[in-house]
Amino acid sequence: MKAILTVVGQDKVGIVAEVSRFLAEQDINILDISQTILEGHFTMMMAVQVPEQSDLQLISAKLAELGQTLKVEINLRNEEVYRAMHQL
Amino acid sequence: MEFDKILETIHMISDQNLDVRTVTMGISLMDCIDSDSDVACQKIYDKITTKAKDLVKTAEQIEMEYGIPIVNKRVAVTPISLVAGASQDKDYVKYAKTLDRAAQTLGIDFIGGFSALVQKGMTKGDQTLIASLPEALAQTNLVCASVNVGSSKSGINMDAVKQMGEVITTAAKLDYMTNAKLVVFCNAVEDNPFMAGGFHGVSEPDVVINVGVSGPGVVKAALEHVKGQPLDQVAETIKQTAFKVTRMGQLVGSVAAKRLNVPFGIVDLSLAPTPAVGDSVAQILEEIGLAQVGTHGTTAALAMLNDAVKKGGIMACSHVGGLSGAFIPVSEDAGMIAAVEAGTLSLDKLEAMTAVCSVGLDMIALPGDIPATTVSAMIADEAAIGMINNKTTAVRVIPVPGKKVGDQVEFGGLLGYAPIMPYNQTSSAAMITRGGLIPAPIHSFKN
Repeated sequence: MKAILTVVGQDKVGIVAEVSRFLAEQDINILDISQTILEGHFTMMMAVQVPEQSDLQLISAKLAELGQTLKVEINLRNEEVYRAMHQL
Repeated sequence: MEFDKILETIHMISDQNLDVRTVTMGISLMDCIDSDSDVACQKIYDKITTKAKDLVKTAEQIEMEYGIPIVNKRVAVTPISLVAGASQDKDYVKYAKTLDRAAQTLGIDFIGGFSALVQKGMTKGDQTLIASLPEALAQTNLVCASVNVGSSKSGINMDAVKQMGEVITTAAKLDYMTNAKLVVFCNAVEDNPFMAGGFHGVSEPDVVINVGVSGPGVVKAALEHVKGQPLDQVAETIKQTAFKVTRMGQLVGSVAAKRLNVPFGIVDLSLAPTPAVGDSVAQILEEIGLAQVGTHGTTAALAMLNDAVKKGGIMACSHVGGLSGAFIPVSEDAGMIAAVEAGTLSLDKLEAMTAVCSVGLDMIALPGDIPATTVSAMIADEAAIGMINNKTTAVRVIPVPGKKVGDQVEFGGLLGYAPIMPYNQTSSAAMITRGGLIPAPIHSFKN
């Protein structure tokens, strides 16, 4: 599944590193990555390839846990939802 | 994909209560008809639990994968009066209990279709079903019922209207919550995924997936960016927002249908509020510029909102259906509750509002001593609005025994709470006891 991973929150050292390390552990490949500061918030977006056999429930739970540790909000969603809402 | 678009979606879901209100599987029970009601009930149970066995699991997978909450998973079935009519049973409580048992097995939130369509007349099955309603609803938890008493093509069956007033007041005495699961319609639709009024029409396929979206909070948030601008800009903003919300519903519905290997039916474009803060249709109307919903201008603002939601949603999905409009239930909407408590929103104004929006007098708590004929007269008024305006209207009122005007009643969960509203004390009994049929209206010379 092609998915979009978003990270929004207070900027600090090591967010990209920690998130990337987690993705590598889960065998999730990063296809594209961009990052900016929007309205004072660290905002990162990654296009990723999640292996078909992955346990999404487990990954989401671990991402939520990682988000709490880093004090940021992390979301992982199938990219189709963004395409459906914003592209004709 | 651009940053701001992705963030907009995330805000809609996490801060503005955007969700898919329901994924509803419609299942035909026409092939379960049997003159032996035990055999029929077994066939009904087997068919529902087979066809919908993966409904909850699939919806939960989609929630997880797409990160979109799907609040309810439901099933709608063929009106039971049509299915049970073949039996000689004296009441249909057994059928209701069968539906309830199937719903519990599946783990769904509601099952709709304990219904009868009697706009022009009643069969024996219709009569038995209507007479069974109070007990059937009191003895089940997840079963929803509806009765269609009128249509623009055939007029209003006033005998049925009279009877429904009696059913509602009788059911209230057994358990007032029964009436939260009962809707009286004019021009009922056959593909409605929302409850309590959902049933699976006879012209529908054997099995189908319909989706109901929500999103009052998203519309309100969008309107906060166009403060003070002309109303055509407000309408445009609502259209654009409804488009995005509906696209999400279309996506969820089509994925669910594909995974369940059944045809995808319709997206219902309704703005369905919940009692949660920021999920209110009333607050959209207040954002448009009313100090409180119910004041002068409410009908106009609601008409525009309802129309703009349809215009925006209609291009966003392959097939639109169901009720598709703004819902104005009192107990399920924090803004409506506040307006009733403040005395700004009256029953009469709610009735006027139903002329321009979906669906009708909904989740309105009334004093327990209200006469059955007055409830019937409310139903007749709503049905007349629907009949003349070629739209669906409905009544879901809840008399609460022992409560009087000014008291409050708690329904719980998505159903919220409501202040008991006053009604007109002057009798309509002589009109209601006449019975008969109000003829279908002329469809020309519209003034």
